[in-house]
Amino acid sequence: MTFFSNIWRNEKSREIIVQIIVLFFLGWFISWLVMNVNANFEALGKDISFEFLFIPAGYDINQYLIDYDSRDSHLRAGIVGLLNTGLVAFFGIILATLLGIALGIIRLSKNWLASKIAYWYVEFTRNVPILLHILLWHGIIINTLPHPRKAISLGEVTFLSNRGFYIPKPLAESGIELVYLFLVVAIIFSILFAKYCKKKQDLTGIQYPVFWINFSVIFFLPLIAFFLSGMPVSLEIPALKGFNFRGGMHMSPELAALTFALGIYTAAFIAEIVRAGILAIDNGQREAAESIGLKPSKVMNLVILPQARRVIIPPLTSQYLNLTKNSSLAIAIGYMDLVATLGGISLNQTGREMETMLIVMLIYLSVSLSISALMNWYNSKVKLVGR
Amino acid sequence: MKTKMLLAGVTAGVMFAGSVLASTLDDVRARGKLNCIINTGLAGFAAPDDKGNWTGFDVDFCRAVAAATLGDADKVNYTTATGKTRFTKLAAGEGEILSRNTTWTFSRDVDLSQTFIGVNYYDGQGFMVPKSLGVKSAKGLDGASVCIQTGTTTELNLAEYFKGNNIKYNPVPIETNAEAQELYKAGRCDVYTTDASGLYATMMSFDNPSDHMVLPEIVSKEPLGPVVRHGDDQWADIVSWVLRAMMAAEEKGITSKNVKELAAKDNKDKEINRLLGKDPLQGLSKLGLSPDWAVNVISQVGNYQESFEKHLFPLTIKRGMNALYRDGGLHYIPPIK
Repeated sequence: MTFFSNIWRNEKSREIIVQIIVLFFLGWFISWLVMNVNANFEALGKDISFEFLFIPAGYDINQYLIDYDSRDSHLRAGIVGLLNTGLVAFFGIILATLLGIALGIIRLSKNWLASKIAYWYVEFTRNVPILLHILLWHGIIINTLPHPRKAISLGEVTFLSNRGFYIPKPLAESGIELVYLFLVVAIIFSILFAKYCKKKQDLTGIQYPVFWINFSVIFFLPLIAFFLSGMPVSLEIPALKGFNFRGGMHMSPELAALTFALGIYTAAFIAEIVRAGILAIDNGQREAAESIGLKPSKVMNLVILPQARRVIIPPLTSQYLNLTKNSSLAIAIGYMDLVATLGGISLNQTGREMETMLIVMLIYLSVSLSISALMNWYNSKVKLVGR
Repeated sequence: MKTKMLLAGVTAGVMFAGSVLASTLDDVRARGKLNCIINTGLAGFAAPDDKGNWTGFDVDFCRAVAAATLGDADKVNYTTATGKTRFTKLAAGEGEILSRNTTWTFSRDVDLSQTFIGVNYYDGQGFMVPKSLGVKSAKGLDGASVCIQTGTTTELNLAEYFKGNNIKYNPVPIETNAEAQELYKAGRCDVYTTDASGLYATMMSFDNPSDHMVLPEIVSKEPLGPVVRHGDDQWADIVSWVLRAMMAAEEKGITSKNVKELAAKDNKDKEINRLLGKDPLQGLSKLGLSPDWAVNVISQVGNYQESFEKHLFPLTIKRGMNALYRDGGLHYIPPIK
């Protein structure tokens, strides 16, 4: 008896015992879950099988980034959906980040009106559920923009209608290689030039307008090549044919609504994160920077933001994750994302709820973990490095 | 070895539990209410009336089964389901019957472990367009945007039909009929496609039904019928014979008006006697039903014709394929003997 009570009194062994007990119950709970599923499936006369992934899906998808046809498999339909999820998350993250940073900075501006507008934007946007944002934007596009036959035309090349936005599509012709070559050369030059200037500045303190020079090089060099090779790009202009526009590049109302809604909603949260990050920097930093005569834009870009970034990155990561996961609300307006294809129509056509839901969950998990890993890597680069 | 024993234990537990819950009929009787899964809203088939009560052709069938099993057609709890959630809800036991214009197909019957108990409405997929579009045939729909309800056989038919005719189209997937109406009215899509019955129901709910038309092409066979879970044959038999009783009543001219009168007297047609419990119907006790089961159904809900005319005639739907065989339709009922 004393042996056991001794073990229990010893802090170290007690910790181990408690952990073993917790682990046992956790394992028991998980195995119970698995067996419960098995038992229920057996009772329903169902089995678990992933063969359905390889039979033809049989349905069409209105937006595909890789070739897709109704004869392709459920697996491929799922991949098409996943890419659509990726597309809207990508656009959404860009929009949310740009808008969020701008709003966060404006909110701290000394200009009363600008600061108040940013304040009301944040308060209004983040206090309305995301689903309503999505439905609102979809409703606006569908109900206020005209039918394709009466589409709003911008210079007869770009069209806005309730079937989406159509812009000309650039088509490369022979001779385009020269433009690509010049672009590569310009980029290599820019990198080398930036390195050279940095070295020069470190040695002598002389600053060059690196950004503007590099920007001009990257922009004008390919442009010169473009004219030299006789303008080897033609535009495919969208044209009304039958019921809809054909040709050009098309953004569906669903993709547009979802991008706007996700971007604008998440931007409100990012704005608050950016504001918090900036406020976290001691005012002395700003005063010190100003006292050595830096312009306000330089104070922000060279002193405040690099330090604020350390505070901003971790919560920003969770906003990116939120945005990506919120994109699954796409189903409300019929945007064919992963949940709508594999987790929706495929589920229904095959009746494999458990299997499709497991796959969809695993995919979201791995997408989220990848974004997390990427942001953690970036975070480890910008965080305070002990020297 | 240990896992195996544990697994055996769990399985035994489930089997034991299964034997307790074996009879769906007992469940329904113990609860005193029938749980019925219906459409989220489709005029004529299942839609709330101005008092908020569910009414329609599919709702009538739930009521008929409640009348047969519980003696009261009003003892029904309704659960709504979209095209996507209906089978999951049925499998999960949220209802004893799925009465929601569901197409009978091989894989739904076999692979999803459920039983289709018969056809109560022969339908086919059609297309609705605004007349202003100037389209006269589905073949003229090349390049059109088409609103479809997801999770239905509709999207498979559509893909097959358009691919077979080499027509390009832009699918706009929608979750429910109500959302599809909104998008169609807003002009997001040129065409709305679903079962023809659904198109008529949708059209009638518009402000100007005459501005729209259903194209002549019917591109699929859609035998719609009630569905029950696999494994309880007694329950499947009850539900299927309730449906047949309603049709047999039409065939024999038994209506909600005259059923009490016919049940009280000895009829020349002995089939009427057996159906209405005057003469014994062999095996009825195995179904666990009382002899007046069909009287309850017909007096409280009506026969097939009454239900059809009450709910579907206002939608300008004709009997067509849904007439009895003797009137040139497809409904042919096995004899009640």
